[in-house]
Amino acid sequence: MTPQITPDDILSVQNISKRFDVSEPFLNRVLERRPRRILTAVNDISFDVPRGKTFAVVGESGCGKSTVARLLMGLHTPSGGTIRFEGDDITRMPPGKPAALRRRMQMIFQDPYASLNPRWRVRDIIGEPLKNFGICKNNAEVTREVEKLLSQVGLNPADAKKFPHEFSGGQRQRLSIARALTTRPELLICDEPTSALDVSVQSQILNLMKDLQDEFNMSYIFISHDLAVVWYMADVLAVMYLGKIVEVGPKEEIFGNPQHPYTRLLMETVPKLTVGGSERVPVAGEVPNPISPPSGCAFHPRCPMANDTCRSVAPALNLREGGQKSACHAADEERLKPWLRMAAE
Amino acid sequence: MPLLELDNIVVEFPTRRGPLEAVKGLSLDLDEGEILGLVGESGAGKSITGAAITGLIEPPGLIRSGEVRLRGARVDNLPADKMRRIRGKEIGAIFQDPLTSLNPVYTVGEQLIDTMRVHLDLDQKTARQRAIDWLAEVGIPAPEARLDQYPHQFSGGMRQRVVIALALCAEPKLIIADEPTTALDVSVQAQILALLKRLCRENGTAVVLVTHDMGVIAETADRVAVMYAGRLVEIGDVKQVIEEPLHPYTRGLMASIPQIGIRDRRLTQIEGAMPGLRNAAPGCAFAPRCPRAMEHCHSIRPAPQDAGTGQVACHFYGETS
Repeated sequence: MTPQITPDDILSVQNISKRFDVSEPFLNRVLERRPRRILTAVNDISFDVPRGKTFAVVGESGCGKSTVARLLMGLHTPSGGTIRFEGDDITRMPPGKPAALRRRMQMIFQDPYASLNPRWRVRDIIGEPLKNFGICKNNAEVTREVEKLLSQVGLNPADAKKFPHEFSGGQRQRLSIARALTTRPELLICDEPTSALDVSVQSQILNLMKDLQDEFNMSYIFISHDLAVVWYMADVLAVMYLGKIVEVGPKEEIFGNPQHPYTRLLMETVPKLTVGGSERVPVAGEVPNPISPPSGCAFHPRCPMANDTCRSVAPALNLREGGQKSACHAADEERLKPWLRMAAE
Repeated sequence: MPLLELDNIVVEFPTRRGPLEAVKGLSLDLDEGEILGLVGESGAGKSITGAAITGLIEPPGLIRSGEVRLRGARVDNLPADKMRRIRGKEIGAIFQDPLTSLNPVYTVGEQLIDTMRVHLDLDQKTARQRAIDWLAEVGIPAPEARLDQYPHQFSGGMRQRVVIALALCAEPKLIIADEPTTALDVSVQAQILALLKRLCRENGTAVVLVTHDMGVIAETADRVAVMYAGRLVEIGDVKQVIEEPLHPYTRGLMASIPQIGIRDRRLTQIEGAMPGLRNAAPGCAFAPRCPRAMEHCHSIRPAPQDAGTGQVACHFYGETS
């Protein structure tokens, strides 16, 4: 039930951080006496991704969820911490090793318009990794494999000769998926794969992703801001706020019995598809500037339960009854339950 | 008399390969104080419909035929300067991106004061006081200090609040809100929708809310019009369209939205994609994807007919009723 570290985890992330230096140029700093400014996008987070399951990361824009994806893929170097893929620390790799690793981890991006080379034909886009990794020996084999991949993602094998602009948004996202599948990856990192799509197309892509996961026994890291999509896709879920994981655990527990006020309020913001029910209570305030995050618990300025401890001490991720972990002083001090009960009424 | 009438409007964009019809004959009415949701997927023509009402269709695009009437008077054929008097005074507009709809080189106060002085006969001092009241009304803390700040000094949610104040300050009877919350964080969306709804109810302002998000519609609109491939497929009370939609497209759309708490292994999906604007098939545009399509659906275009609380354009209802 609880996502403990077991051999069944394909990926294990420990205390990973990413800080970006967003200071002004050196001369401006000297002349205008501006201080250095550091943006902590990901702040000391740890989680494990169970094999063959979907680990979802949710949060609002600026919470660091996309940075997590890019750290895992090696598109950013972490400022600290380790990422273990099948037990190997992939943050400190000998030269040449990452290429072998790339075969086993692939990524799908949010914008299917920006992630496909507009001047390449589909067979080149999907064929390139097949050739680079030596998966196919000759061109005939590449053509055969490309056609097979296209039909696996629900496209026509004859589409191989087309250019990306000849496809709709949903079809382009299918192409991105086909490209990611070329190396038969064990882990697929999906950064908002359906946010740019219409709902009727979104459901096609989500269904396809579920089918492919079953067929190839892939593990997914699924990054999204849409809680309803996450409910449908996730097995395990992490909620991020300002670079920190505030709650992590099995999906059913987090949705059914959230143990962090932010999770609870985030659920509240999901529009319900019924008319004339109770009015939802909007979360007050907005996400603070990550360059100067609030002291103590970063959520305290928006939290209805905040007290002096919350304002001064950062809470630790502690295990709760349901099996999830949450970082909340109110939950530690048993102040959260009465509020949750009240909020439910 | 309804506040706003769209009478069979056709919006066309000339291209090198011949004219492209983005809206292919759309009629609907809006009463005073009513909030009408206009939904559809990208390319369905919903934003173009909004632009047709405000007279903001980018040339060379034009309203080829049909009429837009505000309180019975045609506004679609007005010269640009006359339309400019109506825009702001009679029809306010809220767009998706709050940063591009505010002028970056004027303070928020200047923009509000100018708008009010142009449209309402106010002196500088009264207008300034009213601008402060409006900022307070839309929930901006310390409005007096914020009045002299520039748009870039506001966060996304606060900017959209300013845009709402700007749209409402000249006391228009109608607001066209095109995806007003799409660019905002989910936790801020709810605040902005609640604010828009409250202010429009208080001032008796009617709203055309253009969005692709059924959740936004469900909690804000009184009536909903669903567009598909440039035409209206269904219009009715929000409760009916959300909970018991009639048109097969609306049904498919509603069923394809993932919902928290529902444990389905697969989401319902509508196969295929919306036809492009050049599609000139004679029948119902949805027929190729429709699970209930009959033979004549592919050859005869269904006309909107009364059904439920509104209208639906589907042969299926013609057959049964």
